[in-house]
Amino acid sequence: MNFRKFGELYISFFRVGILTFGGGLAMLPMLQREVVDQRKWCTEEEILDMYAIGQCTPGVIAVNTATYVGYKQAGFLGGVCATLGIVSPSLIIISLIASILQNFIHLPAVIHALAGIRIVVCALMLNTVFTMAKKGIVDKLGLAIFTGGFILACFTPVPTAMVIVLAGMIGIIAKKFGGKKEL
Amino acid sequence: MIYLTLAFEFFKIGLFSIGGGMATLPFLMDLTTRYDWYTASELTNMVAISESTPGPVGINMATYAGYNAAGVPGAVVATLSLTAPALIIIVLIAKFLDSFSENAAVKAVFYGIRPAVAALIGYAVWELLKIALVTTTGDALQLDYTGIFICAGAFILLQIKQLKKLHPLVWIVAGAVIGIVFKM
Repeated sequence: MNFRKFGELYISFFRVGILTFGGGLAMLPMLQREVVDQRKWCTEEEILDMYAIGQCTPGVIAVNTATYVGYKQAGFLGGVCATLGIVSPSLIIISLIASILQNFIHLPAVIHALAGIRIVVCALMLNTVFTMAKKGIVDKLGLAIFTGGFILACFTPVPTAMVIVLAGMIGIIAKKFGGKKEL
Repeated sequence: MIYLTLAFEFFKIGLFSIGGGMATLPFLMDLTTRYDWYTASELTNMVAISESTPGPVGINMATYAGYNAAGVPGAVVATLSLTAPALIIIVLIAKFLDSFSENAAVKAVFYGIRPAVAALIGYAVWELLKIALVTTTGDALQLDYTGIFICAGAFILLQIKQLKKLHPLVWIVAGAVIGIVFKM
């Protein structure tokens, strides 16, 4: 048992968590500084590989990367410590904000501000959808999956998870029967 | 037992949300129809706060949702449950697969999943847009034209390269100012 390593992993990823806004790719510079430059736990190439894996495995990319580095450094418990480290700042900060917001949510200024924020958030998210669609849809079948998924989600009670499973199955079937097209 | 329900629901979200934090959004939206932990309109606040505070967005949203459902213990349960599937899967991948993202079967699955994830997030945004821009007075539906104008304007501005790089926090603060100025 390498308790010192566990502590180091927790603290390092706590620092990455508290200094990252937005998650995902925004975390890359912090991760590089902490994990590659300072601790020398892995190389820059390894970090990028982990990002690729993090993007195509379930879960939050930042957490997946933390788990991977922790596991490579100190086994399963190392993965657990790194993961706990990266989620701890969120737990503390969000719980504080949520409890504070309860007391101010009835003020007119706060209501107006939240209404304005809501609209801007919609625009931000719409932009995310467009970026993801542009990257994710590479051919007609992709477009069909996108359209079908949207219709299923909007107009039928099909569970969200089921849409993901169906789409994955279509991907496999298309690959199997659609020839040797490079995906 | 609310903690068990939270653990089950967020474990499921962790297992099926692929492609980063925002992929959890359609699942969080789905929860509003089955539980009274938070409303769809509160979900927009959660997104805004999660984007403008430190920490990965997906984790922040889970913490917030858990907190709304059952206070600090709820936040802890939701967050840990969300990360549990990833923990197991990543450890397995690290152990057995050297080049997971290069694997042909994996590529085929993600070829199918990526458009679906975009569609599901699109659906969630559609629901949030309805909440932000449509008000029901009695039976009549009323569109908020100022809101539509601001939303479209922000979206167009977001397509400009220099502005795209701005931190979401900047946009969110601008939204708050506009909201207060126009008394939305």
